[in-house]
Amino acid sequence: MKKEAGISILLVVLCAIVAIKNPRFLGAANLENMARLIGMFGIFSIGMGLVIITGGIDLSVGSVFALLGVMLVIMLREWHWFWAVAVLAVIAGTMTLGWFHGLLITRARMQPFIVTLCGLLFYRGLARYIAHDETMGFVNENFGPLRNLATGSVFGLPMPFVLLLVTAAVMWVVLHRSVYGRYLFAVGRNEEAARYSGINSRAIIASSYILAGALAGVSGILIAFYTNSISPSTHGNFYELYGIAAAVLGGCSLRGGEGSILGIVIGTALLQVLQNLVNLLGIDSSLNFAVMGAVILIGVLADELLSARRRSRKVLVAAGGNKSAG
Amino acid sequence: MSAPLLELKGVTKRFPGVLALSDVSLTVGTGEVVALIGENGAGKSTLMKILGGVHLADTGTIHFDGRPVAIHNVAEAIALGIGFIHQELNVLDNLDVAGNIFLGREPARGGRLGLIHRQEMDRRAEPYLRRLGLQVSPRRSLRELSIAQQQMVEIAKALSQNARLIIMDEPTSCLTLAETERLLATIKDLRADGVSVIYISHRLGEVKLCADRVVVLRDGKNVGTLEGDQIRHDAMVRLMVGRDLQSFYVHPKGTKRTAYFQVRQLRTRAHPQCRISFDAAAGEILGFAGLVGAGRSEMAQAVFGVDTPLEGEIRLEGKPVVIRSPRDAMARGIYLVPEDRRNTGLVTEMTVRENVTLPGLWRHATAGLIRYASEAEVAERQCAALNVKTPSIETQALNLSGGNQQKVVLAKWLALEPRVLIFDEPTRGIDVGAKAEIYRLMRDLAERGVALLMISSDMEEVLGVSDRVIVMHEGSVAGMLERDQCSEEAIMQLAVGKIGESVSS
Repeated sequence: MKKEAGISILLVVLCAIVAIKNPRFLGAANLENMARLIGMFGIFSIGMGLVIITGGIDLSVGSVFALLGVMLVIMLREWHWFWAVAVLAVIAGTMTLGWFHGLLITRARMQPFIVTLCGLLFYRGLARYIAHDETMGFVNENFGPLRNLATGSVFGLPMPFVLLLVTAAVMWVVLHRSVYGRYLFAVGRNEEAARYSGINSRAIIASSYILAGALAGVSGILIAFYTNSISPSTHGNFYELYGIAAAVLGGCSLRGGEGSILGIVIGTALLQVLQNLVNLLGIDSSLNFAVMGAVILIGVLADELLSARRRSRKVLVAAGGNKSAG
Repeated sequence: MSAPLLELKGVTKRFPGVLALSDVSLTVGTGEVVALIGENGAGKSTLMKILGGVHLADTGTIHFDGRPVAIHNVAEAIALGIGFIHQELNVLDNLDVAGNIFLGREPARGGRLGLIHRQEMDRRAEPYLRRLGLQVSPRRSLRELSIAQQQMVEIAKALSQNARLIIMDEPTSCLTLAETERLLATIKDLRADGVSVIYISHRLGEVKLCADRVVVLRDGKNVGTLEGDQIRHDAMVRLMVGRDLQSFYVHPKGTKRTAYFQVRQLRTRAHPQCRISFDAAAGEILGFAGLVGAGRSEMAQAVFGVDTPLEGEIRLEGKPVVIRSPRDAMARGIYLVPEDRRNTGLVTEMTVRENVTLPGLWRHATAGLIRYASEAEVAERQCAALNVKTPSIETQALNLSGGNQQKVVLAKWLALEPRVLIFDEPTRGIDVGAKAEIYRLMRDLAERGVALLMISSDMEEVLGVSDRVIVMHEGSVAGMLERDQCSEEAIMQLAVGKIGESVSS
């Protein structure tokens, strides 16, 4: 909980600074747009977090967004598929890609970084080839509720944000209250020991990629309708890094075995506030990434320093405790 | 031995809330081997950390070579001439032998380029290797050496740093019997050359063989020193635990044997040319002796399904069981307490509660969601039953001592009603008091009708605990000894493959 508390404070402080400097930050339109973005980015960041908790990583998300965006346009506009069928096909597709990554990682014993890096390159190329490297769009059609899911609102809350809340609630139960969640942490901490306790480590790891694929599919559909047109060479660029940054800011360790849903959601929110801050404070937008990089670095560094201090205090206490026990 | 090489006087070290060392004194003469023994938590490691500069003593003096010294870090200790051989070796297995010996002190050439002078390094390494009887090339990668050879490389490194005192912390815990003998001979040679040794070990048999003097610590205090023929097993145990341990080993009341657990023609990946067959009765402790690499751990891993056997039949109560994964084994009540507690026995960063319930988590779940109260109740009950010393069940397992960690591993399986329990080196690195407790637990389990297989490289343990002993040699069963046939000589003869080829192979 300490990690979440730290990053929450950072989030509140940043919001306060921006709100004071530019009152437009608290304007309805700005808040609504930010919540919409947090929703879209948060859903796949949770998936990324699960993968990171098992000690893995998924670099392919951004390219998967481009590929699924292109495919979605084709399915809906060229093949005239019913919207629900297209949605199911997209999510089944991203889950299949996750399963494939999981298979290569657990069966062929390849490193997650390599597998998903190849995915990043491969799916981007595939998307561009399929789209003949041309921008494709949904134009003005609604395709059932799909457009509304990305751009509409319920009870004044943007739909993607509501979807994130639902996803986060479900995934919180899964990660922090279920047997499966405990297994994810156990496998991420020590795969061997988990196996010696009868856990099917390979299946657990592979399943995290499949689950992340499903969440990426949902996010990807929302993002596609939010941008409304997909230019295959840039759509989703760097999005995997947003996911990783959100997870790490939220307390996931790249060594595996650590992290929380709440942390990931707050991490996502922090990243979007930072983006917004660059716009609202009149910082040159070319500095966008520089600002994010600097804040993430400072945040993680501060957390490291604080936890190192906590640890050294704990070690002294533990040393004392052991002596008296033995 | 006129002037001692090392003299600690009145050393006291206080940690918040605990007195780790209280007025401890220790002298080591030139060319003297002093064994330092005591239960875990007796203050041995604190004392060594003071010599290594990790901790500073609150009060007390250290004299080395007659001069008062203050040691602030390991580099200063090494500069004084103190070398350390830790239980977990500090070698870099991606470097070669010479590279390890001269790490950070590589002979250089090429001026400011600082290129490593390979030939010079090899030339300088060779005398040390010869002196220790280590017949490997300085260019051999450490990865290709056995643990014992890697340890010799560490000793060579200490000697190359002109160490006059070498501190060895549990040096034999990962060595085979033959390697242990080799190390003890090396210690004798070092002593003859005037090098002093502080030897920390739980294995009292070795202490008896190599020590000139035994210093016993208990609860951070000196409780006694034994010299010459005072160095006896019972005397050492009495000082360490402060009482006699009459029932150190609990013997069986006599068992009726029926074939309860049968392994037939088991072929493992490690020794595909060998087939292992044996029977274990309910209620017996079947010891597995042999040299390291004899295929005992591989047998255990095959039976538990960690490493799927190539071939073979396993029967429990006469019914054949198919084991392809630990889950299959666990479904039949066949469990393994593995050799490596920290990496395979426990997820050390998780809490005691989470570790205890990990293998049987589904029993504490409704619709896939964990019931914490049920989980905590079982963890509490197991910890109480096994006398696990932990501040609470929410403590991370890594904060527990070795003996208590082993009890947590046991607790995992005892909560699941074992029928066959395999122990791989059950008491490695565990202090005497906890050892006795674990032996008692094992005997209790046997009396409740569990079949226990115990792999051990500790000869005293094999002889003291087992009802029968199977001796393995190079992947196959070299022979089986009934309790009254068991002796160190009989086991060793089978272990080195001198006789018994005809028994079973």
